[in-house]
Amino acid sequence: MTQNDSLALVQILRDQEQPLMADWMNNLLSASGSAVADDRLKDQCMHLLRGLRQALQTGQVRHIQGPEWADVRQLLTEISHSRARQGATPRETALFVFSLKQALFSRLREVLGAKPEQLAEQTWLISSVLDELGLFTIEVYQKSREEVISRQQQEMMELSTPVVQLWEGILALPVIGTLDSERTQVVMESLLQKIVETGASIAIVDITGVPTVDTLVAQHLLKTVAAARLMGADCIISGIRPQIAQTIVHLGVDLEDVATKATLADAFTLALRKSGAVIGASAR
Amino acid sequence: MERIPILRMGRLLLVTIQVDMHDQLAVSLQDDLTNRIVKDKARGVLIDISALDVVDSFIGRMISNIAAMARILDARTVVVGMQPAVAITLVELGLELPGVRTALNVERGMALLQSQDD
Repeated sequence: MTQNDSLALVQILRDQEQPLMADWMNNLLSASGSAVADDRLKDQCMHLLRGLRQALQTGQVRHIQGPEWADVRQLLTEISHSRARQGATPRETALFVFSLKQALFSRLREVLGAKPEQLAEQTWLISSVLDELGLFTIEVYQKSREEVISRQQQEMMELSTPVVQLWEGILALPVIGTLDSERTQVVMESLLQKIVETGASIAIVDITGVPTVDTLVAQHLLKTVAAARLMGADCIISGIRPQIAQTIVHLGVDLEDVATKATLADAFTLALRKSGAVIGASAR
Repeated sequence: MERIPILRMGRLLLVTIQVDMHDQLAVSLQDDLTNRIVKDKARGVLIDISALDVVDSFIGRMISNIAAMARILDARTVVVGMQPAVAITLVELGLELPGVRTALNVERGMALLQSQDD
């Protein structure tokens, strides 16, 4: 590949920028089904065309990972990011790049119609470059979607592990959802932190919202209980449904050392008694 | 050589670990404490580790051992003021310190020891 190979392309990109833009926009709009192009889209197209021209001028057309393509990559990254956040489909995002093909090909045919050999070469060249760029766009799109998912996971995790104070010295930790290792870590940390803050001596771990208990979940529960004990707080596990009680015994999980109660109310009563509070109906 | 001070309060011994615990220090603490329990006829030992923010398996084992030794010498041990991060580390290391009593702070630990004294 020498510098001259991309010359015709560079010329087209330079001399026929406006008509090329118009074609491209038409393709884009007909593909996406919307009627009007907003200024943002126009702006993005214009920048991409110029970036493409500059990159092609350098002659480095084979490797879009090279420094010559840094501007184009940066632009595509921004576009992909914003589309992923706006909830665009992967198809729409990829079309942004791929719809340029047709516009460019027809221009190329006009200019190089008399030289079929060169035409084929140039077509192949720009086709492979645009394919690469399209793939790059999809990759970035995918990555931003994954970021969104992991952020939501993080948020869900924080939302679902509240530690509430029921009484002076009594904390409750309603666990909602499956306890995996990561959740356990967060649950444990927030419980222990709260124990320090409130000086609580009893913590009730309520597992009403835990759909299933397997050996791993049981182990995580016991870990939480052990850590709380090391901080000087007694733990009570409550909200054990009949099904879960059966599972725990069948699995051979040893909950002998931990106080367990069927409901949060029972656990709370036990906790109050342990802390020396007396409950009863008031005398009338 | 650096040593961890052991304070006497009636028939209780108070050990406050204020420095970074290293292995040699832990071994000498074990020595000193058992000697003091015998000499002072102590009934209870209170170990305050609130200033300890890093533990390894050795230190964890040492705390557990000290408690076991004190128990043999008929003194109860309460470990107080453990940091959340330390508690999590110990549990992850599988050192759940069975048989060691724990309390949130010195005040609670003292109350626990005194209630058992009667």
